[in-house]
Amino acid sequence: MTAPGPPIGMLAELTHRCPLQCPYCSNPAKLLKANTELDTADWIRVFNEAADLGILQVHLSGGEPTLRGDLEEIVSALSARGVYSNLITAGVNIKPERITALKEAGLDHVQLSVQGATPEITEKIGNMKGAHQLKLATAQAVRAAQLPLTLNAPIHRHNIHQVSDFIELTLQLDAERLEIANVQYYGWALINRTQLMPAWDDVMRQVDIVEAARERLRGILLIDFVTPDYYAEFPKPCMGGWAKDAFMVTPDGTAMPCHAAHTIPHLTFDNVTEKPLAEIWEHSPAFDAYRGTGWMQEPCRSCERREVDFGGCRCQALAIAGDAAAMDPACSLSPLHDTMLKIAGQAQAVSEAADHFTYRRIGAR
Amino acid sequence: MAAAERHRTVIAEDSRPGLPSFVRLQFEPVRGAWALLSPEKVMWPDEISYDILKRCDGDTTVAEIISSLADEYDAPEEVVRDDVCGFLQVWADRRLVVA
Repeated sequence: MTAPGPPIGMLAELTHRCPLQCPYCSNPAKLLKANTELDTADWIRVFNEAADLGILQVHLSGGEPTLRGDLEEIVSALSARGVYSNLITAGVNIKPERITALKEAGLDHVQLSVQGATPEITEKIGNMKGAHQLKLATAQAVRAAQLPLTLNAPIHRHNIHQVSDFIELTLQLDAERLEIANVQYYGWALINRTQLMPAWDDVMRQVDIVEAARERLRGILLIDFVTPDYYAEFPKPCMGGWAKDAFMVTPDGTAMPCHAAHTIPHLTFDNVTEKPLAEIWEHSPAFDAYRGTGWMQEPCRSCERREVDFGGCRCQALAIAGDAAAMDPACSLSPLHDTMLKIAGQAQAVSEAADHFTYRRIGAR
Repeated sequence: MAAAERHRTVIAEDSRPGLPSFVRLQFEPVRGAWALLSPEKVMWPDEISYDILKRCDGDTTVAEIISSLADEYDAPEEVVRDDVCGFLQVWADRRLVVA
């Protein structure tokens, strides 16, 4: 295999600790405790290696990254290297002064998660009283600090009827962008799939709403749309291609091609405390496993879309087809595509009594 | 100001386009290429796009950009005008250029 080009972006999960307990969290079901987290010096060294490697954007995520007291130091180190820093936060525990301090340290952008457009839904999904008002206050503080803001709304059956309200909320809060991100069913979301799966009619309705809003708000608001896999025709190009442009590092320093890669049992991961980032990027067996198109089976291997969607998601292929190298069942060419539709149909047919989430918390599984 | 009060930027010859504060045009030494960094996205402008974007300083007018590019590329102004205005309108609609 030819050497990969330099990566563009890196997602750094600074911690798995979080005040919210969203049932679709992308963190693994087995959450890492605080005492396994990399320290400040480790992260700063890794970010310097990332900049040397040609990485231009770092997404500071979690858990809740603002629970780290050293966030300003980390942001400052990124800023010194000209790396574009993006803070991904739940926004329920940050004081306005801290947002100002982060801006002064060189933070470039804030992505705020929103669970609902109303307090009721926000509190039900995050399992935290008062979360909605705290989030609104954070959004206002972000804009007051003259930081650009994106709202990220993960969409599922409990808030899919609020898509118009999310658009309105984004405008009211003076955000630049809105991500309408249909939940992807790995990790906690897979555990809660029955409770979260939206109905076909609702999915179609939200597509119409988003398309109309994009037209109406051209040049005013950007709306990104992550399609719902279970109702898709083609799979998503997961991470823009396995180990092609981006990767992630977990709180304990494990470097993975995507959030859910640990669910593929035969992969071997490297740790940033043991090897230089450049070596991991070029040679980590987990990165090499599904990089490019050489690993593909038919019909992906000869498909004209093989470098458009890169065979979709390996973790979903494993979860549903039982083979991580199989085509993503989200693809309409997959013999298992109907199975996905059937799973979706069964899940959304379950009555409202299925509101009982397995909330994301340490020891919940 | 709420975004509800925002207006779409419509590019005209007297517009003075600039990059928003959160969009950066930056040389990336590993690849030896200019990158445009924006929230959640990195773009790699080609030579002509770069020549337009580097003139977007919030002060120079579109008319001045057209005339300087027409000089540099030794091309008729009316051809350059269509290209520049079309380019800037697309970028303004993606909120990567403001005027």
